[in-house]
Amino acid sequence: MGDAHTALQEQFDDLEQQKEASTLGMWTFLATEVLFFGGLFMSYITYRSFYPREFSAAGQHTIILYGTLNTAILLTSSLTAALSVHAAQENRTNWLFRYLIMTVFLGCCFLGVKAVEYHDDIQEQLIPGPHFRAGLPAQGQIFWFLYWAMTGLHALHVLAGVGLLSVIALLAARRKFSDRYHHPVEISALYWHFVDIVWIFLYPLFYLIDRYH
Amino acid sequence: MDAHILPRKVYYRIWLALLLLLLLTWGLAQINLGPFNIVVMLTIAVAKMLLVILFFMHVKYNPRLTWIFVAAGFIWLLIMIELTLSDYLTRG
Repeated sequence: MGDAHTALQEQFDDLEQQKEASTLGMWTFLATEVLFFGGLFMSYITYRSFYPREFSAAGQHTIILYGTLNTAILLTSSLTAALSVHAAQENRTNWLFRYLIMTVFLGCCFLGVKAVEYHDDIQEQLIPGPHFRAGLPAQGQIFWFLYWAMTGLHALHVLAGVGLLSVIALLAARRKFSDRYHHPVEISALYWHFVDIVWIFLYPLFYLIDRYH
Repeated sequence: MDAHILPRKVYYRIWLALLLLLLLTWGLAQINLGPFNIVVMLTIAVAKMLLVILFFMHVKYNPRLTWIFVAAGFIWLLIMIELTLSDYLTRG
């Protein structure tokens, strides 16, 4: 069982202090992640301001259906992640496990949709380089470079989150968490929500701008 | 030990609000609002982000120290964007 004495590490006075420290540590890491993705968002803003018409033309070829579906999937997975923390707070360990598995499942669904979408993008010759789709302006390749880089990096984060939450689910199945000790569940959920937030911004930038024609 | 265990319905309401905002931003993308399309979309994205951060990530119920750490990441991001654009957008 996840007892207080096994869970509390010696450098902390009590579990409350340990929890605050781990939350702050996670937010510090997330701040570096904000800047990590921020560099790519900065590139997007800069190049879009240089080549608005070219970006608009190139942007017509992302598949709105996949992007919208994936947004709904990730938002829902954030709900199940939040509910898993809630279940831990209420010491409903069976539901903690179930919500974690649902979150992992939805993360896998996201990656599945993304894989199908990438396949379609490749078929449509939307990879920058010598075989880039004919008829699109050359600078449209910058849009597609950013698309692959940003959604790819995001997909890696989803993959990492799926791995992380799988481990947490395994620990939950072994009854390592309780209402008193569930910091690992909380900070893993924080990571998952962050990944969701990145997608919340990728969605309009890559799927929605100038699509009203 | 958790001073704030939110009622479960709060999470469902936030989720519903997020899906409605998704529907709204998708719907508005079909309408030509000129330069306001991007403004509206980013405003909705920020609203979604705030809902996730404040409620799903529990920042609303965290100590002020957490708020500072959360704000720090975004403030540095805004500084980067602001300084970079003040260069690129003012070149001849």
